[in-house]
Amino acid sequence: MGTMVSRLWGWIDARMPTLAEQFKIHASEYYAPKNFNFWYFFGSLALMVLVVQIVSGIFLTMNYKPDAALAFGSVEYIMRDVPAGWFIRYVHSTGASAFFIVVYLHMFRGLLYGSYKEPRELVWIFGVLIYLTLMGEAFFGYLLPWGQMSYWGAQVIVNLFGTVPFIGPDLALWIRGDYVVSDATLNRFFALHVIAFPLVLLGLVVAHLLALHDVGSNNPDGVEIKKHKGPDGRPLDGIAFHPYYTVKDLVGVVVFLVIFCAVLFFVPEMGGYFLEANNFIPADPLKTPEHIAPVWYFTPYYSILRAVPPLFASQFPGVVAMGVAVMILFFLPWLDRSPVKSIRYRGAYYKTALAVFIAVFFVLGYLGVKPTTVWGQFGFDAFFLDTKDRATWVARLCTILYFAFFFLMPWYTARDAVKPVPERVTV
Amino acid sequence: MKKIILSLLFFPLAALGAEAGYPLDDSPSDVRDLVSLQSGARTYVNYCLGCHGAQYVRYKSLTDIGLTEAQIRDNLLFTGGKVGDMMKSPMPPQAKQWFGTVPPDLSVIARSRGTDWLYTYLRAFYRDPKTATGWNNAVFPNVAMPHALWMLQGERTYDAEKKTFTEKTKGALSRTEYDATVRDLVNFLDWMAEPAGNERRNIGVVVILLLVVVMFPLTYWLKKEYWKDVK
Repeated sequence: MGTMVSRLWGWIDARMPTLAEQFKIHASEYYAPKNFNFWYFFGSLALMVLVVQIVSGIFLTMNYKPDAALAFGSVEYIMRDVPAGWFIRYVHSTGASAFFIVVYLHMFRGLLYGSYKEPRELVWIFGVLIYLTLMGEAFFGYLLPWGQMSYWGAQVIVNLFGTVPFIGPDLALWIRGDYVVSDATLNRFFALHVIAFPLVLLGLVVAHLLALHDVGSNNPDGVEIKKHKGPDGRPLDGIAFHPYYTVKDLVGVVVFLVIFCAVLFFVPEMGGYFLEANNFIPADPLKTPEHIAPVWYFTPYYSILRAVPPLFASQFPGVVAMGVAVMILFFLPWLDRSPVKSIRYRGAYYKTALAVFIAVFFVLGYLGVKPTTVWGQFGFDAFFLDTKDRATWVARLCTILYFAFFFLMPWYTARDAVKPVPERVTV
Repeated sequence: MKKIILSLLFFPLAALGAEAGYPLDDSPSDVRDLVSLQSGARTYVNYCLGCHGAQYVRYKSLTDIGLTEAQIRDNLLFTGGKVGDMMKSPMPPQAKQWFGTVPPDLSVIARSRGTDWLYTYLRAFYRDPKTATGWNNAVFPNVAMPHALWMLQGERTYDAEKKTFTEKTKGALSRTEYDATVRDLVNFLDWMAEPAGNERRNIGVVVILLLVVVMFPLTYWLKKEYWKDVK
């Protein structure tokens, strides 16, 4: 048996040496710093979740019907009559939220250790593109169950494009393919969700990894391990990704699966955050739900959108703010003027700024799922109070702080009191 | 249309509060209690199915709550159909004219409303001469639905200030019996909203145990073994 396999491998290798070569370049002879910590699990986890989503998605499409009259029922058919259909569906719905959790933690790692800084700017840019594509993918997918939240969430988001001056209404019409979200919209969102965006996503993930493997991984110390190589040309502080990090990441995968399965098998709705109660009501174009909130992973941006006051009765400024809030990530490598990468050797300015930024991101996220009246109203009246909702004012303050983190970065990172960075990684 | 959406987008009303006027009771439902589920199924077929279908549920799936196909055919299937049929309501298309709204399908009602809401709602009907049906509800004010279970509960009046009910006429059941009937019905609605729920939780226990007891020690040991030589 063993010789059979090795003979077969020899036969393939003689005809396609690329396979073994690529395995060496990207796994067995890709040298990663040996001091990776907890935060370095989320890249491989994101890749795994992507595969899980694609596989579960393929099985869902076998029974799902992208038709406004049938979509809701076909999801219930999957939940009831398809063998293990409920499992596939919950894997996919839990996976969607898990994807964002893992990606947010992965991005936070970048902020902690300056992984976006030279020479890894392209790795970061491909990463932000992945994040943007993922947002689109999630948005299109959310329409497919054709529940009330699916329908009205899509209606609201498409209408955001409708606020663009001059071309807005035509743009929204072009996206929907109809005057309201309808069967035509569902069909095209299905096409975009199951083939167009996954293809782009896969391509970007490949680009992200190729770019990473060209420059090498950063690490919690933010030092370049390629500066110190042994006589064999290997970085002294590097270890082969395979087997060292493949086996280490396996532990991460198991821990992740414990949490993932706990949600999937015991609280698949996650208290209404992963599957919203209103989405178990079939889409009704004539009945607007009382409170429309996007799924949790969009809520920080939704809060920013709501916080910005309208100008000339147009919500376009809010839409722009929301767009800039995401797009600003592209410029992070050039906004950060710090001579050091890792938070370990940065000064109080960046540490404070990052802590405030994370807090603000959570507050915005929380407010985005709630109506603006969640914290009541101010008891007094004043000319500058265009709204008396306390939560809106908190969201405005948080929006300013969110942007301050980025726009003031060139200033505070350049003046930060950094500590000396060691030559070699610390374990 | 766009105006409405945008105003909803930017200034969501706390309209949820409109229904929060009456405090919800905790539903004592337990989807593992087969006796309760069977009793709920009977109440559902006798009192609800006339108007409210469960179009995604097959009669046959009731075998999951301990009924045989013969029992389903003899006791629950009044339409003369097959046990493989969906639990559709015989409601004619005029329903909208009669009630002002089409009685919603109840297949997944427990997932959109929640069991606490259903349990409280079905016990919060009262007589109100001002409505078209003569009935009103403390949880869902001016609901289009009349009190389908009134012969069981009896007639009551409601003091909206004090949020208390007063009995007008006796029903066929005592208060405890009526609460138990509603509990069983809500329990059935809860089960029906996700028939795979029990299986899901059962498998979940095995999967989590497998991951924690077998997979974690195995991979952890593997990692330790490989990393011995990393200094």
